[in-house]
Parts: sequence; C-alpha cells; structure tokens
Amino acid sequence: MIQELRSQFPILQRYVHGGKPLVYLDNAATTQKPQSVIDAISNFYTTSNANAHRGGHALGAEATALYEGARSTVAEFLHAQHDSIVFTRGATESLNLLAVSIERTYGARLAGKSIVVSEMEHHANIVPWQLLCERTGADLRVIRVTDDGSLDMEHALEHIDESCAVVSIVHMSNVLGTINDVQTVCARAKELGAIAIVDGSQYVVHHDVNVAEIGCDAYVFSGHKLYAPFGIGVLCGRYEFLAELEPYQTGGAMIDRVSFEKTTYGEPPVRFEAGTPNIEGAIGLGAAIKWLSGLDRDAIRTKEHSLAKNLVEGLESDSRVRILGKRHALNGIVSLVVDGIHAHDLGVLMDEQGVAVRTGHHCAMPLMQRFGVGSTLRASLAAYSSREDVDAFLHAFSKSCRMLG
Amino acid sequence: MISQTIEEIAKTLDALPDWEERYGAIIAMGKGLAQYPEEHRTEQFKVKGCQSQVWLHPTLRNGTIYFDADSDALIVKGLVALLMKVYNERTPAEILNSKDDLAQQLSLEQHLSPNRANGLASMMKQIRLYALAYSLVKA
Repeated sequence: MIQELRSQFPILQRYVHGGKPLVYLDNAATTQKPQSVIDAISNFYTTSNANAHRGGHALGAEATALYEGARSTVAEFLHAQHDSIVFTRGATESLNLLAVSIERTYGARLAGKSIVVSEMEHHANIVPWQLLCERTGADLRVIRVTDDGSLDMEHALEHIDESCAVVSIVHMSNVLGTINDVQTVCARAKELGAIAIVDGSQYVVHHDVNVAEIGCDAYVFSGHKLYAPFGIGVLCGRYEFLAELEPYQTGGAMIDRVSFEKTTYGEPPVRFEAGTPNIEGAIGLGAAIKWLSGLDRDAIRTKEHSLAKNLVEGLESDSRVRILGKRHALNGIVSLVVDGIHAHDLGVLMDEQGVAVRTGHHCAMPLMQRFGVGSTLRASLAAYSSREDVDAFLHAFSKSCRMLG
Repeated sequence: MISQTIEEIAKTLDALPDWEERYGAIIAMGKGLAQYPEEHRTEQFKVKGCQSQVWLHPTLRNGTIYFDADSDALIVKGLVALLMKVYNERTPAEILNSKDDLAQQLSLEQHLSPNRANGLASMMKQIRLYALAYSLVKA
C-alpha cells in the first residue's frame, strides 16, 4: 500500500546532494503534492484557463464551475455549507482577515475587552491579535502550556471570561503535535458571547473535521500543508458570523454596487475575495481533498502513530535527547533538543545525508521560550512517510550526533 | 597575504575526499577557535543575517585589526574559525583590498549547502564593515 501511495508523488523518487535518496520529514512545513494535484493544475491551464466570475464565454464558465466546485469540495470536507468557505492565501491571511474585519466591525467596542490565544500558537495566530490589541486597547491574554506540552485547560477556562471578545486557538501544535480540546474551549467562548476561532493548519492534515461539532465561528488552514499548492488557504466561517463582518480587502468581485457616492458589498464568501482569486490554487486544493478522500485515513493515522512511536523510541536510546511534549509526539510531529548539540548543526549534517528536517523556532518563539530552548529539530510525518524514512532519519541522526559529539 | 591563505585553505578542503571529512575538518577548526571574551557576548556584537548566533568583536591595535569571534552552533563556529584564519590580524587596507568572493574561491557552495554560504556572506560583510570603519577613523 505504502509503495503505491508513494509512487503517486514524483518528487519522492528524487536524489539530493549527489546521489542520496530524499528522505522528506519536513511535512509540518509543507507536504509534497500527488500527481493528481499537479495534473489538476496543469489541466486547468491546458484546457480551461479563464478568469472566474467574469465574462460569459465558454472558458469563463468552465473556470467558474471549477473554482466553485473546489469550494464545494472544501465545504464537504469540513462539513460546512458552500457559502461558508472563503478562499485566502493561506492560514496566515485567514487570521489577518479575521483580525482586521473584526476590528472594522466591532471597533471601539473592543477597548477594554480581551483576546485569548495560547502559548503554543504559531506567530500567525499571535501577531495579528497583538496588533489588534495595540490598535483597539484590547488586552491579549495567553493560556499556559503545561510541562508535558498540553494546553492548561483549567487556566483556559479561567481566562475565558465575560471580558473576552475573541478566542483563537490552535487545533494541533506545529511544534509539539498536541491536539487541543477545541470543542470545550469554543463552547466556553460561545457561552460568554465571544468569537471562537480555530487554527487547523496541522490538524486537517491528519484528521477529518466537522466545524459544526467543534462549534467555532471560524476554522482556518493552509492548502500547501494539505498536499495542495502554495498560495491557497481557507477561512471557513459560520455564515451568520461572516455575514456580520466588514470586508478585509476591497476591489473587484467583492462588491454589490459601486458609485462614487456609496459602495455596497456582496454577501459572503465573495465579500472577502477581492480581486481575481487564486483559481489554480483552489482547483489544486479541491484535487488534494478528493485525493485524500480516496484514502483510508484511519489506516494512515494508525501508520503515522506507529512510525512516530518508532521515531521516539529510536531517539530515546540516546540519553542526551529531550523530546518536547513527548506524549503528543505520537500524533506525527516530533520536536527535540540534544544536550550539548545545536539543532542547527544536526540539521546541516542530516541534510547532507539526504534527510530533510526543520530546525529553528518553527514560528513559535513564545513556545520555545516556555520550554527554555532557542531552537529544536523537528521531524514531521505525512501519509507517504515510511518505515524506511524513519530508519534513515535515525541512522543519519546518530551519525550526525557522533560527528558533533 | 590574504589571497595566499585562501589558496592554502582551498587546497586543504579540496584534498578531503567526502562531505564527512570536510565537515569534520570544519568542526575541528571550530573547536580550535580561541575563547570568546564573555563581556563582548552582547547584542551589539551579534552578526545579523545568520541562522544561528554569531558574535564578532574587533579591536584595532597599531593599525592591525584583532577579531574575537564565536557561534553557538559548531559548524558555523568552524566557518567563523575559517574566516579568522583569513581575516584576523590584518590591516583595514588588506581586508578592503582583498576580493570579497571567498565562498567562490573556496568552492564552498560545492563543499557545503548554499545556506551555509549565505551565513558566511553576512559574516564577511560585517568584517569588511569593521575594516571600512577603522580605515575611515584613521583617515
């Protein structure tokens, strides 16, 4: 099964650094793309390229149908309605859109209110809210992370109180692999009338999502981490929530009527899609989700767990290794530090052996600070990860440690 | 002579048969680097544009620049040591008149990944800036 799956990813056949087979374990940064996604993009340009929602000619109608078809595919994937899906550039833009539109809509009412995030957020789910606080006089509150890498739920429920205007929480940590109980967090936020937002960038890669069950107002993710192209992302909003929001960017396509006296805006989702959208990106994302839905996701998750277990056990044979949030690493994201060795050095030497991992702060500096480390080495799994990848990783890891020891 | 030192280092690196030996040599160079004075481990002497932390502290004595340098990552520290072999204890004029394509002269892009070469460029720029500053002070 795994060989058949891997064969759908042309890039996995390649070699790096003069003849070393590529071992790609940087999937939390971006996943590789299956042939069907590459074909969908290429076919669009070969047969149907035109602008969507403009002009009534044959190609324009095809492009529009493909673009809106992709929206339906995403809606189905999240168990949401078609008009709840806004295409963005990625999770980062989705979160910026939300922060800016929430400010434009609720403006002065945000002064003295609080915005709640957690210590394990990606910078994309910190900085837009921090700036919103600076502009409006709202207060940024941070939910603590426990020593074992979990969200401190007691602290969370304390922190989300009557003053709370927005709660924005990551579903699965890009550093620790922690999966948060976002249902409980969202329920608490909604009970107090706050807006509940979930960053699902890592979670959607491994799990099915039902936004109604989560109970959030908005769920965001990036396409490129989900086997789809760069430059496309999703903001899935509860329709009534979106319908109240002021627009983010303005221009073509998002308007109802324009005159020099007064412009009125279209309804969601077009209200939030100013200008020509990333049509090929949306089509690629639709193709990626269709590809995913043809897989046995339970079986893949089980395999990812077992590979992560192999990784953790192999790493722990070296007593200098410390895995951050170890109990969550089995979800497929393993972050570690080695006593006396800089993660950066390890990354360099592993790369020389063909093993692609990420080293650095993973756009989560507050979390690094929380654990008292400057940078970690992160290995992250995807559907096509194999036992051979894990073995090659462990082999390259111990060789690199020896060279640096 | 700067160009002579570069040639010697290039010869040494070229003679090494594979990546393991080359990185081994660079790591060994890093381990041999003189202790960095703790009082200069400050934001002011940090080199911008490197993925790991690099410190570079210059002193001018009798027209010669003496550098202290360090990094918290071992391979980068090795590259720092390599730069010190080339540029330490030179006059500002020597540094400014030398070619600034060290990475190419040492074929570092073939020997090491391009990312390493980028960090090297940041360090070289900083060395040249100090040399330029000292040359202006003197004038």
